[in-house]
Amino acid sequence: MPTIILDFFRAVWRGPFGPIGLVILGLCLALAIFGPAIAPYDPVARNYDAAGKLLRLAPPSWQHWLGTTLLGRDVLSQMLVGARPALLVGGLTALGTVVIGVNIGLIAGYFGGRIDSFLMRLTDMFLGLPFLPFIIIVLSLTGRSLTTMVIAMTLVMWRSTARVVRAQVLSLREMPFVAAAHITGASDLAIIYREIAPNIMPIALVSIAFALAWAIITEASIGFLGFGDPSVVSWGSIVYDAYASQMMYRAPWWVVPPGIAIMVLVSAVYFVGRAYEQVVNPRLRTG
Amino acid sequence: MVGYLLHRFWHMVLTLFAMATLMFFLFRLLPGDPTATVISPSLYPKAQEAMRQQFGLDRPLFEQYLLYLRNLCVLDFGFSFQTNRPVFEMIQGRLLNTILLILPSMLAAYLLGAIIGAVAAWRRGGTTEVGLVFTATALQSAPLFWLGMLAILLFSIKLDLFPIGHIVTPGAFPEQDWRMYLSADFLHHLALPFLVNTLYQLCFPLLLMRSTMLSTIGEDYIELARMKGLSERRVLFGHAARNALLPLATTLPMILGWAVAGSVVIETVFSWPGLGLLMIEAISRADYPVAQAAFLLIAVLTVLGTFIADLLYGLLDPRIVYA
Repeated sequence: MPTIILDFFRAVWRGPFGPIGLVILGLCLALAIFGPAIAPYDPVARNYDAAGKLLRLAPPSWQHWLGTTLLGRDVLSQMLVGARPALLVGGLTALGTVVIGVNIGLIAGYFGGRIDSFLMRLTDMFLGLPFLPFIIIVLSLTGRSLTTMVIAMTLVMWRSTARVVRAQVLSLREMPFVAAAHITGASDLAIIYREIAPNIMPIALVSIAFALAWAIITEASIGFLGFGDPSVVSWGSIVYDAYASQMMYRAPWWVVPPGIAIMVLVSAVYFVGRAYEQVVNPRLRTG
Repeated sequence: MVGYLLHRFWHMVLTLFAMATLMFFLFRLLPGDPTATVISPSLYPKAQEAMRQQFGLDRPLFEQYLLYLRNLCVLDFGFSFQTNRPVFEMIQGRLLNTILLILPSMLAAYLLGAIIGAVAAWRRGGTTEVGLVFTATALQSAPLFWLGMLAILLFSIKLDLFPIGHIVTPGAFPEQDWRMYLSADFLHHLALPFLVNTLYQLCFPLLLMRSTMLSTIGEDYIELARMKGLSERRVLFGHAARNALLPLATTLPMILGWAVAGSVVIETVFSWPGLGLLMIEAISRADYPVAQAAFLLIAVLTVLGTFIADLLYGLLDPRIVYA
């Protein structure tokens, strides 16, 4: 396991975009951990000026670098706090997606036959499920929380990973080392998880990256549509507050930063994912 | 071929059936009174009781489920809590609005994406390629709702070129009939969401076109074209691009289906009265019959997209054999 992580960094470090992505990801991770600690204000507290007047839609100033919201809340503090839900929801969803997707792909691809056609039919069914509408329905019926969001997103996202992994397993299954394992009397489970699974890891890592990117954008979109956890300040919910207040077009400082933050974070994930994919998937290597 | 088609079609029907079932049980898992999703809680208790009997909600769950399936088959989605009109009537026009926004925009995105992607592959290794890949990745990473808001901020508010939202100027077409769709006013309202959606959606075909073309460069037929002494441009646009178009085209229906599912976002930003916005509005007003029907219709479009993608894949690539 550690070698694959090491290989991962070595591979990503080669391209021009990979290192940039890694550095940005590292910064965002630090923000997710320390953001709430370094936020200058309470992100949901109302701020008043020296005369005791509420700072409604105050433009950026030395006190409030990114200005304030309609309710006089500090935008910079909200931005710093908002990194955590983005990475938490994104990370957990990506992890869940890959765990389910890899296992289903491994089992379907290895056993083939009825098991395969049943699992693939299931996958196709999920492939037809409208992504965002489904998550919104689930959230509105079961309550808006980060946990429900992660579960609902994982439920729809494993489908693509399962397909990719299965295709890979189908060709790995015919390899001599699998036949050799059979002859030594290894059980099916042992072959799947000891012989085949390690060869799937690179693809699993690529899929984690793409799932992460997709999950972060989806988390933001859900927040923007007003279905996020009401007690959590996220980058998406900042935009939602601005949108719902109808004041967004009078206060660009309120709307522009969260979008840029999401864009930079997701781009970084894509850069890392694609740089690694270049190395892992020989078809993408250009001569 | 016909056998395969039937097989896939049957598969699609099964998928839709499973989704309808999922929705039935999901909406009845609600905390509180399960009938609250079918009968408006705002009605008088006596009226509620009467409706419960009328809709068969006092019967066992399984019987209700059969009734629900039967109603779906005859496109009876019940009545809206909000307007008391049949849900089906409310949905029809919304479906057309969504298609008018999404379909032309996706076709434009694929066309432009393929062209720009081919250019990126042609200029491989140069700053043009790096710039294009970088821009496409950044655009793809930006949340669509945010791009829409920026576009409104810039083009509607600052430059006053386009209206802020809606499908036509409110009150301009009180009858909301077909004449509305032929007006310049409609096109004027369509322009900005169309542009934003196209710009956002063209990133995927662009990057796919580029990487597929680059991966064909090592193939024999490209080598042959080079040996014939064709210019680099002829080799790439005449041979590599034509072959790369195939995998690109097969992704279109599926991505189209996903774009319909994602239309909730763009419709919300631009107050575009389509299916997605209808669903969001219905949910926030607890108008469950409408929300459920809107969702199912979006699901039909998404599943249809996957179905067509599968067929197209087989049709366009003769190497695929139908088993």
